[in-house]
Amino acid sequence: MVTAQSGSDRTAFGFRPGQESEGDTPVELLPADAVVDLAAARRTAGIDDVLELLDAELVGLAPVKTRIAEVASLLLVDRMRERFGIEAVRPTLHMCFTGNPGTGKTTVALRMADLLHRLGYIRRGHLVSVTRDDLVGEYVGHTAPKTKDVIKRAMGGVLFIDEAYYLYKVENDRDYGSEAIEILLQVMEANRDDLVVILAGYADKMDTFFAANPGMQSRIAHHITFPDYTVSELEEIAVMMTEDLSYRLSDEARVVLRSYLERRVGQPWFANARSVRNAMERARLRQARRLLEQEDPRVDLAALTTIEAADLLASRVFREDAATKTVRSA
Amino acid sequence: MRITQGTFSYLPDLTDEEITKQIEYCLDNGWPLSVEFTDDPHPRNNLWEMWGLPMFDLKDPAGVLLEVNACRKTNPNVYIRLNAYDASLGRQTTALSFIVQRPADEPGFRLDRQEISDRRIAYTTHAYATERPAGDRYPQE
Repeated sequence: MVTAQSGSDRTAFGFRPGQESEGDTPVELLPADAVVDLAAARRTAGIDDVLELLDAELVGLAPVKTRIAEVASLLLVDRMRERFGIEAVRPTLHMCFTGNPGTGKTTVALRMADLLHRLGYIRRGHLVSVTRDDLVGEYVGHTAPKTKDVIKRAMGGVLFIDEAYYLYKVENDRDYGSEAIEILLQVMEANRDDLVVILAGYADKMDTFFAANPGMQSRIAHHITFPDYTVSELEEIAVMMTEDLSYRLSDEARVVLRSYLERRVGQPWFANARSVRNAMERARLRQARRLLEQEDPRVDLAALTTIEAADLLASRVFREDAATKTVRSA
Repeated sequence: MRITQGTFSYLPDLTDEEITKQIEYCLDNGWPLSVEFTDDPHPRNNLWEMWGLPMFDLKDPAGVLLEVNACRKTNPNVYIRLNAYDASLGRQTTALSFIVQRPADEPGFRLDRQEISDRRIAYTTHAYATERPAGDRYPQE
């Protein structure tokens, strides 16, 4: 049997102010005249690996990469300042990605979680990707628990809200979306240490969204605009995509690809990398059909993995009247 | 009398920081946590009230602690515990359970002797707290 303890000397639950946890050994501060080697710190933090990987896997997107490099540097410098005993206030890293369709907003957001985790900004490094459905409820009182649930799930990682402008519907001010925004704003401020919120959407629609929610605009420190890809960047993307699918483009096909992209960029419904992916998917289909219909039914590995110029030339983009017409699928 | 149920109950009460570390340990093992509360301290009272559903999809202790604090706020002066469930085949049971809040004043227990047939004695434990109606057992300040 346990001996009874009187109520007064018993410690209560909860964090007791002024009491340090016993496990932590206090970090020794550097004297004011000490010098730290930033390059060495950079190497041990593995920032270069992260940035190189980003550079290798994502084509173009210079402003995005610059911003990520800046964030990485800031986190490193903050860590150094800490060693001199300067109280570092954690920077807010809530972000907003705007740009045309297919410019890589979602892809970068997916990377961001891993990146921030490696830089030691977030604890877990998982990404919770949500849209309006996951945040906004169907009836009164349904939205708040739903949104809070999602936020709890995202803690320690990144909450990615794709097509964020759908959250607020201008034409209906009784929409529950504004309730979700309210909770988000509160969390973005109060739980800054626990999660990073990334919004993504098309530029014009996001502008309307921010105009209606000025609080949101000011709570997001990083507004990053994703530029459209140039033709040579698109070409590079196409080559990477075909390689990922274990295909390769023949030399003639490369030439045709370039002229295909030059034509396609000017046409309506062009969605940057997404259009390129669709074009490569269709080239795959045509290649498969070509192989089945050719006279000699025997094929070797090279034939199975090579996309020829003919596969791309069959595209509607190359037809004479295509330039004037609306092309939904080329 | 301080009741000792679950893990860590012979230690001084855990701070939030220590609770966070325990939660982290559970999550690292892949055990989802749930928050439960009760105002009946009897040791045979296994079925505490659930505070929401078990949190199956949380990955970070901050989310669990948020629920613990929400429960504390609503029920400031009752027992609250955290259960971690290990769903792996062959175990499928509570892996860790510990109290994260207890009332400021725990009145303790009394041993009741009941004389039954043939002058035998039956013993039972009676919690003083349960002398008051449920929901009113510990003063809410």
